[in-house]
Amino acid sequence: MRRNVLPGLRLSLGVTLFYVGLIVVLPLAALVFKAASLGPEDYWRIISSSRALASYRVTVLSALGATVFNLFFGLALAWVLTRYRFPGWRIVDAMVDLPFALPTAVAGIALTALFTTNGWFGSILADLGIKVAYTPLGIMIAMCFTSLPFIVRTVQPVLEDLDPALEEAAQSLGGSDWEIFRKVILPLLTPALLAGVSLSFARSLGEFGAIIFIAGNQPMSTEITALLVFIRLEEYDYQAAAAIASVLLIAAFVMLALTNWMQSRALRYTVKG
Amino acid sequence: MKIRLENVVKTFETFRAVRDVSLTIESGELVALLGPSGSGKTTILRMVAGLEYADGGHIYFGDQDATDIPVRDRGVGFVFQHYALFPHMTVAENIAFGMKVSKVKREKVAIEARVVELLRLVRLEGLGDRFPAQISGGQRQRVALARALSVDPKVLLLDEPFGALDANVRHDLRRWLREIHRELGITTIFVTHDQEEALDLADRVVILKDGHIIQQGTAEEVCRNPQSAFVMKFLGDANVLAAEVRDGKAYASGAAIDVSGMADGKAELYARPADLDWSAQGPGIPASITRVLDRPDGRRVLATAETGEQLEFDVEPERALKAGDGGFVTLRRAKVFALG
Repeated sequence: MRRNVLPGLRLSLGVTLFYVGLIVVLPLAALVFKAASLGPEDYWRIISSSRALASYRVTVLSALGATVFNLFFGLALAWVLTRYRFPGWRIVDAMVDLPFALPTAVAGIALTALFTTNGWFGSILADLGIKVAYTPLGIMIAMCFTSLPFIVRTVQPVLEDLDPALEEAAQSLGGSDWEIFRKVILPLLTPALLAGVSLSFARSLGEFGAIIFIAGNQPMSTEITALLVFIRLEEYDYQAAAAIASVLLIAAFVMLALTNWMQSRALRYTVKG
Repeated sequence: MKIRLENVVKTFETFRAVRDVSLTIESGELVALLGPSGSGKTTILRMVAGLEYADGGHIYFGDQDATDIPVRDRGVGFVFQHYALFPHMTVAENIAFGMKVSKVKREKVAIEARVVELLRLVRLEGLGDRFPAQISGGQRQRVALARALSVDPKVLLLDEPFGALDANVRHDLRRWLREIHRELGITTIFVTHDQEEALDLADRVVILKDGHIIQQGTAEEVCRNPQSAFVMKFLGDANVLAAEVRDGKAYASGAAIDVSGMADGKAELYARPADLDWSAQGPGIPASITRVLDRPDGRRVLATAETGEQLEFDVEPERALKAGDGGFVTLRRAKVFALG
């Protein structure tokens, strides 16, 4: 092994592995263990109950919707923040991190107040016949809010490092603005976009605090999976809670594995030959 | 294509990068813009390309006023200092890019054939499937050139094309660029801060300082007849001696040379290391040797004149000289420029 400038690999490796084991692996293992203590039949019955299935549907669809929205809006925001300097730039840049800093329950209450039929936004939307609070649309908006920073903050540094000469070269070769964006800039942003998408989606799947205030939490329609887990916990049905949670866990794993694979494909060109 | 710049001016914020530059480049000519950093050479090149817009003046391509034509319609090939290859595209895709986005639609087969042809021209046959990260710096620069040539540009512009490469590769590429230029006959302008590169490669060298053209001409003209102390110093090593001009002669540290026609007054005498020699007896500038540097192609001697001035000169490697020797530095030829 190559000697490193900073010594202490053994110690730091030991400490970090212990920490990861204690904080990440142990709870997940307990979850899997608890779920596994159900027989396969009970496990299947719990995770495929119609109430659970409905919760997966609304959670996954809302998370997908929120992620797609953030993909476009986050990319646009990152673009504006890296390419332009305008009065108040610093404030906008700082505000991107607000959803990280704000307790999600606070965000949830604020969003609910805004979007109920007599709130500032809700009353206008109600006139247009659009209902947000206590519908899946409200869940999506809460997810959008809490997961926005992921895509902005993964794309922004890559955009900043993009060599302006690449765009100039494409221009000198006769490329139009759209062609340059689609054929030069976008492919170079794809790995960062994928990383942002996977984080954003994973966060949306697990979001709880911001959603429960605005969702209305009607079983079979606006009840998210995380809430269902919480309800089972309150009923002291730990096994059922673990079983449903394990579905979320698997979904998050599959999502991360998929985006990792797509990312490594998108980064093929960096491999030295 | 003949390129003509007429009183071109460019200012960045408050910095006047290019001040009133007029320059004509004949069709098929290979011209070097040479100058220290901040002299405006790259800005001029970028204005010819259309990557920057002139604040004043005009740029003509042939008879057409190209001043306001955007870069994508100007028909120039631009080679960037750090190649600016598209990292996510293979070498072949990089070269094909310009043809694919062109308004002139080409058949896929025609594009592929042209890519093969260009790969052969830059001697990279068989590397079409590699990504830029998988080839060497010199190869990348050749891909950049092939890409620039793919759109049949009216003029080829190169910004410090060999600046990021090591000496050996630079030397080969220089010769090779000269060959390509002879083969294609395309009007070419390149920017460099390396005098040797400019003198070796260009038909004509344009020397810039502080946004002005200081002097231009063939390598012979600028080397043999530098018109200012700046050009003299910038083109290569030079010894500088304080001098005094009286009655058509310049006197410096005990040496005198003929400068008939020059007005009397304070001046500076410039001499290349090869223009000086060493002799044990006078006449000459009394000096003592402080160091002897041996180099593959000769021997460089550093000496201190009695007046305290530092001198450098070259002697044949066989000359037995060593530090501490005293003697006289003699002047074969020199240039004298009036001070102020």
